[in-house]
Amino acid sequence: MKILVCISKTPDTTAKIAFKNNNTQFEDAGVQWIINPYDEWYALIKAIELKEKDPSVILHLITVGGADCDVIIRKALALGGDEAIRVDTESDDSYVIATQIAAVAKEGSYDLIFTGKETIDYNGSAVGGMLAEMLQMPYIALATQFELNGSQAKVTREIEGGEEVDEVTLPAVISCQKGMAEQRIPNMRGIMAARTKPLKVVAPVATEALTHIVQYELPPAKAGVKLVTADDVATLVKLLHEEAKVI
Amino acid sequence: MPNIFHSKNKKNMSVLIFIDQSDGHLKKASFEAAAYGAAIAKQFNTNALALVLGNVADDLTQLGNYGISKVYQAQNDSFNHVDALVFAQVIAAVVKQLEASVVVFSHTQTGKAVAPGVAVQLKAGLVAGACALPDTTNGFVVKKTVFSGKAFALVNITTPIKVITLNPNSFGVQTTTGNATVEALDVEVPAASVKILATNKVSGEVPLSEADIVVSGGRGLKGPENWGMIEDLAHVLHAATACSRPVADAHWRPHHEHVGQTGVQIAPNLYIAIGISGAIQHLAGVNRSKTIVVINKDPEAPFFKAADYGIVGDAFEVVPKLTAAIKEMRSK
Repeated sequence: MKILVCISKTPDTTAKIAFKNNNTQFEDAGVQWIINPYDEWYALIKAIELKEKDPSVILHLITVGGADCDVIIRKALALGGDEAIRVDTESDDSYVIATQIAAVAKEGSYDLIFTGKETIDYNGSAVGGMLAEMLQMPYIALATQFELNGSQAKVTREIEGGEEVDEVTLPAVISCQKGMAEQRIPNMRGIMAARTKPLKVVAPVATEALTHIVQYELPPAKAGVKLVTADDVATLVKLLHEEAKVI
Repeated sequence: MPNIFHSKNKKNMSVLIFIDQSDGHLKKASFEAAAYGAAIAKQFNTNALALVLGNVADDLTQLGNYGISKVYQAQNDSFNHVDALVFAQVIAAVVKQLEASVVVFSHTQTGKAVAPGVAVQLKAGLVAGACALPDTTNGFVVKKTVFSGKAFALVNITTPIKVITLNPNSFGVQTTTGNATVEALDVEVPAASVKILATNKVSGEVPLSEADIVVSGGRGLKGPENWGMIEDLAHVLHAATACSRPVADAHWRPHHEHVGQTGVQIAPNLYIAIGISGAIQHLAGVNRSKTIVVINKDPEAPFFKAADYGIVGDAFEVVPKLTAAIKEMRSK
């Protein structure tokens, strides 16, 4: 069993979002970088759990990005995994990212590919679905539970207003979200071991972006809160009805 | 297939809107996607076409009320559940057959599962989570939410075919009058890639992603036993209930109710936050709400800075009073 987990670097969830160069680039000065929470807490930890159950599982991590991603990938390796691959190119287009991962995945003939359900920066939620299509593998999006039974998996996924339990024959691509696994903190042994785990840097395959970010915008500031006293809820109801027109 | 596309006129690019259904009923988000797609069609002076997969009990001609001129329906039992690989192949084939240039989905569970595959099949640029009509003055630039709602990106799609998933509640379910014609479509049905073992739907509740009004509780409510007043308020407002992350993590409420950066991101018309301090991660999931009301006993709670209306007070006193006042207004 070979598992590939896709990892992305994102700004910390508390990072102040600002832009530079006439709002064409993210202002990264002073920003703490983390493993995209969905990739870490759900995709990676679930894969680690599968390896813990069956030590013969080979677990690889992949990221697409520049050398500044190495810190993040080492942190991921400290949680678990045998080796990591970094495709040395940068892009904000999901198609480019998926193409790079698909090229590596084809060579590695993986049985399972895990992604987070989306990254918290570009919110594309597209790389998993694109990968599945490029590799012609079944795709289960927004998985909340995953159970491996030999060459099959039972996967619970979120659907509108509930959930669906699917059975899928591997290989498959799964996008992971809350429920898949519980968050962990790397221990000292893991951190030490991560230093010597292989991190392969591979050259990107030729492809081109299909979309381009032209500019960023920040949402307009709120006008300010209108406070109503606790014993005057009638006024709040009136404001919601007549001014905001939402009830 | 009728020739609805005049290939010599580059301006005349038809728009195909994927209409999602569940249990034979069209989803609210799909009406919004239809209206959005119809508005794009208007920009290009062309037709808005809809595609429905599976067996549907609802009247499809009603899609005319959202600007759709023609509905194509491919009926097959295997389309009643979403199989991403199958749907992507079928939808891409229909796009090619109809020579559509813009493909619109809702940015819902189905759209997120299927649109990326369609984009790959068509080698089309994808903007996921769009929140405005494309600006075509210089390219085909679509505004989308990024950084979990803390900012927007203007994204230019440079391929001949464009795929867009629309954030629910960002455009509005805009209606017009009209009747759409319905045409059955014969499509090749690919082999299923996934076997459905069970579907479990929460009945009787308003689904969070479709709700116009959401009532949400946080740690300030002290325990799951106090959720009765949240449910009462939600009930009089026909609202969905939600919660903050600590509440879901403590298992006071189910995980699917957790709204925030790592939970569900919502954009209702009205969001009422009760006993939630308003951490930046929580705000990221709700800050696209049109109106935000915050009820918190701590006047320093950061949520007040992001709110439109607020009450500084004890939720246990304020909420029942608010429920009663809304009931009274509704009875008038």
